[in-house]
Amino acid sequence: MVLLHALMQGLIAASAFLLPWELSPTLLVSCAGALILYWRGLRRVRAAERPAPGRRIAFFSGLLLVYFVMQTRFDYLSQHMFYLHRLQHLVLHHLGPFLIALSQPLTVLARGLPARIRPAAIARIWRLPVIRVAYRLLQNALVAPLLFVGLIWFWLTSRIHFDAMLSDPLYWVMNWSMLIDGLLFWILMLDPRPRREGALLGFGARILIVLAAMVPQMLIGAHIALSNRDLYDVYAVCGRAWEIDPLLDQHLGGLITWIPAAMMHVIAALVLIGRWARHDRNETHRMRAPASSNSGRA
Amino acid sequence: MWRSRKWALAALLAAGLLSACSGEGAWRTHDIFKLVPDLAFSLNDDRGRSVSAQDYRGKVTLLFFGYTHCEDVCPETLAQLAQTLRTSGSGRDDARVLFVTVDPARDSTAVMHGYVQAFGPQFVGLRGDAAALDALARRYRVSYSLGKPDAQGRYEVTHGSAVFVFDREGRARLVFTAKDTPAAMAQDLRRVLFDSGAGAGAG
Repeated sequence: MVLLHALMQGLIAASAFLLPWELSPTLLVSCAGALILYWRGLRRVRAAERPAPGRRIAFFSGLLLVYFVMQTRFDYLSQHMFYLHRLQHLVLHHLGPFLIALSQPLTVLARGLPARIRPAAIARIWRLPVIRVAYRLLQNALVAPLLFVGLIWFWLTSRIHFDAMLSDPLYWVMNWSMLIDGLLFWILMLDPRPRREGALLGFGARILIVLAAMVPQMLIGAHIALSNRDLYDVYAVCGRAWEIDPLLDQHLGGLITWIPAAMMHVIAALVLIGRWARHDRNETHRMRAPASSNSGRA
Repeated sequence: MWRSRKWALAALLAAGLLSACSGEGAWRTHDIFKLVPDLAFSLNDDRGRSVSAQDYRGKVTLLFFGYTHCEDVCPETLAQLAQTLRTSGSGRDDARVLFVTVDPARDSTAVMHGYVQAFGPQFVGLRGDAAALDALARRYRVSYSLGKPDAQGRYEVTHGSAVFVFDREGRARLVFTAKDTPAAMAQDLRRVLFDSGAGAGAG
C-alpha cells in the first residue's frame, strides 16, 4: 500500500515535470505533425524502401529531444540556469537537428502526407522562385556556416541574452531560430548524396565547412568557460533554479558550448569522410565495370 | 580608392549606430520597454487589504521579490531604493515600492507591515497564496526556491535581485539590477516619473 502510494506520488511528479512550462501550440502541432507524417509514411513505403532501424531511431529520438527541451519543465530550468540553457541550445541547434538530418526523413515524411496533397503540389511550391532563391541563399557555402556561428554569438551577447531571458516573445524567437537554423545547417551538411547527384555542396566542401564552423564555437565556449567575470547577470537578476555559484554555472555552460558542440562537428566530419570514401569506391567500381564486365560476370 | 570609400562608409554606419544608442534614448539602467508585460497582480497588502495593479495606477511602481528573513540582498536593495526615491525628487504619492514576499509561510501580514514600514511610507508589502505568487513570478520570468531547513528550522530562499520599474500607466519600463548605483537608478527613475505622463515615446 505504501509502495503503491509512493509509486503514485512518483508518477504525479513525473507527469508534472513532463507538462509544458509555457505551452507553445505551434511547437506542439509541428512535433505531433512530424510524428504522425513519419509514422504514416513508414507504414506506406515498401519494405525495400523502409529506412534501417538506426535511421528510424535517429528521427524519433531527435524529435523527442527537441520536444523535451522545449515543452517540459526542463524549459523552466533552462530559463533559470545558464548551463541548462546551454544544454537546451545544444539539443536545439546540434543534437536534435543532427539526428533528424541523419535519418534523411524527407521521403518517408512525403509518403505520410494525406492523399489529397499530391507530391506535385508540394514540388510546385518548392520550385517557386522566392523559395528557391531564399533556400539557395541560406544554404550558400559561406552564408550557412556564418549564420550557424553568428546565431550562437548573437544570442550569447550579454545584453541580448539579458533581454531574451526577460521577454517571453524574444525567448521563443531565440529558441525557434536555433532549431530552424540547426535543421537547415545539418540537412545541408549531412545530405547523403554527392554533388553530382543533387547535393548543394560536395563532400570536400562540407567537411571543410563543418570543421571551420567548429573553431569559432570553441573560442566562444572557451571565452565563457575561462572568464572570471559574471557575463550573464540575468540569471542572478531573475533568480536561479537552485543555489549554485554563478561562476560555476557559467563555466559549466561555457564547457557545454565548447566541447560537446565541437564533438558534434567532428562526428559530422567523420560521417562525411565515410560517405565520401564510399561514393568514391562506387565510382571507381562503375568506371571499371564496363571494361571488365565479362570477367566480372564469370 | 574603393577600399577607402568602403571603410568610410563603415565608419559612418558605426558612428550612426553609436549616436543612436547614446542619444536621447540612453538609460543608465536596463531598458525593458515593450519587452516585459504590464503590471498585473492580485495580492494582499501589509494591512490585509486585497489589492491589484489597478490600485497603483497613476503612481510609478517598483516591483521587487524577497523575504523578510533575507540577510543581505533584500534589506540592501530596499535601502538603496529608499535612497533612490529620496534623491529622485519624487513626491510622497508619486511612487510605490511593491515588496512581494516569496516566503508567505513566515511573512505574515503583521511581519510584512513592520518590515516595510522601516524603509518608509512609500513601501508596500504584498503577499498572496502559492497560486497568486506563482502567477506573478511566471509573468515576470523570475524564479524562487526554498532551501532545506536547518536544525532550528531556519531556511534560505533563493530569489532574483531584479527591481522592475513600471510607469504611471503600469507599463514596464526599466529593470534595476545589483550592478546599478543609486545615482543611476535615481536619474532613470526621474525620467520615468516626469515623462510618463507625456507618453513613453522617448524610451
